[in-house]
Amino acid sequence: MAVTMTDAAADRVSAFLSNRGKGLGLRLGVRTTGCSGLAYVLEFVDELEDGDEVFETHGLKIIIDGKSLVYLNGTELDFVKEGLNEGFQFNNPNVKDECGCGESFTV
Amino acid sequence: MALLQIAEPGQSTAPHQTKRAVGIDLGTTHSLVASVRSGQAETLVDANGQAILPSVVSYQTDEILTGYPAVAQSEIDPVNTIVSVKRFMGRSLADVQARGQKFPYQFCETENGLVAFDTPQGKINAIETSSHLLTTLRQRAEHSLGGDIDGAVITVPAYFDDAQRQATKDAAQLAGLKVLRLINEPTAAAVAYGLDSGDEGVIVVYDLGGGTFDVSVLRLQKGIFEVLATGGDSALGGDDFDQLLVDDFITQAGLNSGQLSQADLRHLANAARRVKEQLSDLASVAVSLKLSTGEYQLEVSRQHFEQLIEPLVRKTLRASKRALKDASISPDEILQVVMVGGSTRVPKVRADVAALFGKAPLTSIDPDKVVALGAALQADVLVGNKNADDMLLLDVIPLSLGLETMGGLVEKVIPRNSTIPIAKAQEFTTFKDGQTAMMIHVLQGERELVDDCRSLARFTLRDIPPLAAGAAHIRVTFQVDADGLLSVSAMEKSTGVSAAIDVKPSYGLSEDEITQMIKSSITHAKEDMTARMLAEQRVEAERVLEALDVAIAADGDKLLSCDERDGLLAGMAELKQVAQGQDDKAIELAIERVNKLSEVFAARRMDVSIRSALAGHKVDEV
Repeated sequence: MAVTMTDAAADRVSAFLSNRGKGLGLRLGVRTTGCSGLAYVLEFVDELEDGDEVFETHGLKIIIDGKSLVYLNGTELDFVKEGLNEGFQFNNPNVKDECGCGESFTV
Repeated sequence: MALLQIAEPGQSTAPHQTKRAVGIDLGTTHSLVASVRSGQAETLVDANGQAILPSVVSYQTDEILTGYPAVAQSEIDPVNTIVSVKRFMGRSLADVQARGQKFPYQFCETENGLVAFDTPQGKINAIETSSHLLTTLRQRAEHSLGGDIDGAVITVPAYFDDAQRQATKDAAQLAGLKVLRLINEPTAAAVAYGLDSGDEGVIVVYDLGGGTFDVSVLRLQKGIFEVLATGGDSALGGDDFDQLLVDDFITQAGLNSGQLSQADLRHLANAARRVKEQLSDLASVAVSLKLSTGEYQLEVSRQHFEQLIEPLVRKTLRASKRALKDASISPDEILQVVMVGGSTRVPKVRADVAALFGKAPLTSIDPDKVVALGAALQADVLVGNKNADDMLLLDVIPLSLGLETMGGLVEKVIPRNSTIPIAKAQEFTTFKDGQTAMMIHVLQGERELVDDCRSLARFTLRDIPPLAAGAAHIRVTFQVDADGLLSVSAMEKSTGVSAAIDVKPSYGLSEDEITQMIKSSITHAKEDMTARMLAEQRVEAERVLEALDVAIAADGDKLLSCDERDGLLAGMAELKQVAQGQDDKAIELAIERVNKLSEVFAARRMDVSIRSALAGHKVDEV
């Protein structure tokens, strides 16, 4: 069971965290919503919740709740630029199908 | 694949629900757009990696150019290339001509008297020109953020009046932007430094841009930034520093400006800007000039440059001192000084400002971007991406808003210093029996009498059902939106007939006029009070007399003896007499006497009407 980050993503996350001035780490998760069933969650974490699992990578804490972990196992978080746009992207091997925009998916 | 941003804990949005909000600094010389991504405000760049969009629009026969391409046109086609359009926002043609400044443009006038430019693209007004800049920024933001923009916060100078603010809003709407709020530029700069969540106190914002200088004194109190005073010089900025260097180059090279071509002057101006920028880091800069008259090698030391700009810097300090004086603030009361505008990079400016205010100014954020970044932070909150209680900037209305009531009095509906946005409703009623229309006269000011306040608008509510005086319920609602713009509506409650008006004052009030209006309300407080009481008693007297006239005409003969009737008429005559006088107490007493005299009459009328209502009914029916 593991979740990883690319160097680019780690750089951005640590920059955002230090800029924010507080926070334990980064939460990855999934929620049942959206046009294709599930949607990703990407949030700063101030407090751990019951059932959270913590992964350390690049000196950063990635926090995932137990339920989401099932869907995210093996995922790599990347930070990409597409033209002027930039942001995070989940490379998730569990995904079977995505909606056109990629904001929601099915496993 | 959509790219995701990091949200605050618990604030993740559903797919396709992410709100894209931007902050826009629509500046005189240049404009920027910024947005918050993953909790961090950053300016958005164009395809060439440039954050700054020069505020220049060029109207050519087949296209409209904005930004750098338009700047290139400004030398070839100055007539159709509008530079610094912000100076024309909300201005009438007469205003512009009265200022006597020379512009290369072909001016004309819109139907409502606003200034416009005659161009190959037709008649273009300042609002449209601004909207072309905003459209460019909107498109850039859509590319950068990957979708439609849900809302924008646009900054305006603190001294912008209602007409200029409204013009800015109209421009945004024309550019397809939803304006979440207009905020003052100095406020945005303070927000960018996080001062809104810091200690309460006085903050000075020193904004020395390319062509303008503004200084604002703000007070932060309970989450509200109140503008205490503004000052500045609309024709002083970094460009003037450059010009001084150009003049200096010409003198040093032993030339005179008459023998130089346009291209030479442009070359000199570019060299001057480079030298100025390098002198921020270096003690001395060598410059080589290739002009049509030959090549020149010059050397400029920082010390020499500082001597050149000394008089200009001193001018900004004088304006700053004046603003402090206007705000009645002494330098030791100042909590923070914020530096805005590219020219505040000049070390001498920073040092002199620090010396004047007795503290090191805040300079860590890029002074060209700080306003846009603050606006972006505010936009992020307003669009709902962040907990609103984290930061909600509030503004206040500077003068009370109210309406005229009987007797020439002003009833204040929204008191001054109320935080906006705000909506307040009050119920009014008719004064005469069978009254079917009501004039709503909207006023602004602190005084008690209509004549002493500023009239903003008038409208009439018609088709009120004819009822007895005081029986109609008319609800008047005053609503001031987050940008300080007022709308007033009136509705008669039983029928739902309504009328409304948006108040866009054709000209705003200057800071001085507002101060003057508030001051006069204090100096005249006592006489205003007396005048109000007198007017109120007169209105009451008139109402009582009117009601009695009607009643006597209807039932006087039936229900009153001759004596009673004469007594009552005498009392009424006396009241009429007293009501002409200036003594509100005397009127009050006379009203009381008349009320006493009419008590019996009123009781009898009541009996009669009950009797007639019950006539023909049995006891067990009632």
